[in-house]
Amino acid sequence: MAEAAGPALSYEACVRPHLDYLYGLAVRLCGKRTDAEDLLQDALLRAFRAFGTLRDREHPRRWLTRVLTSAFYDRVRVEMNDALHRSVGEDFDLFDKIAEEDPFPYSDRVHLDFLDLFDDAQILQVLQGLLPQYRVAVILACVYDFTAREIGAISGRPVGTVLSWLHRGRKQLERELWEYAVSHHLIARGEGDT
Amino acid sequence: MISCREAVARLWAYLDRNLERLQEEELEEHLGLCRHCCGELEFARHIRALLRRSGEAAALPGETRARIEALIRELGGQR
Repeated sequence: MAEAAGPALSYEACVRPHLDYLYGLAVRLCGKRTDAEDLLQDALLRAFRAFGTLRDREHPRRWLTRVLTSAFYDRVRVEMNDALHRSVGEDFDLFDKIAEEDPFPYSDRVHLDFLDLFDDAQILQVLQGLLPQYRVAVILACVYDFTAREIGAISGRPVGTVLSWLHRGRKQLERELWEYAVSHHLIARGEGDT
Repeated sequence: MISCREAVARLWAYLDRNLERLQEEELEEHLGLCRHCCGELEFARHIRALLRRSGEAAALPGETRARIEALIRELGGQR
């Protein structure tokens, strides 16, 4: 990575333009705004302590993402280990499930009707059902366009592990969307059949 | 040609730009012939759009911003 040209940016000048981005990421990871603020404060403290190691101060976004993600991982480490004991239902396919259950029999856009059931707050809630490492991978890839290689660098894991997280995360997300719709009675059918 | 099961397993990696060239070509060949998997691809795009939209309103609220900005100012002042 190249050194920044000219006088190095101060901590405050470096961090300030990325506050909204970091907060948005924290909200998606934590689900609740209070938890997100707490995580953001923790990340900013860590970033301050490690600021001397940041070489490219003109482009700190990926570095800040790594700092915030690392703070998040420290909070959810126990939950992450649950991955060893939890099945994510590899065979579940939401597209096929919706077609089979047909919760909108008079619609010719049944899959989009299903997604239209969810408002933003409900999607944030559904994301909380994903194992933390899957949540990080899915959010960084789908929302912020990070590649698997970049997510690997951010998370300190090999690309193969991240690809597996993305695959399993997507499967878990599909299942969580369906189960949320059933358990919150957003659709009339499917109870007891997940 | 790859199976529907294999094609569907690759869709999100395709949208994430994480497939190798050959895997991508095999998938595109499949998509050119399979209406079901094209439907799956469109559906995957819509789910991802939903995820993107979900946190867009999460700009820093005024009071939180004031607290966070005070924190970075205070920290910055220590350098």
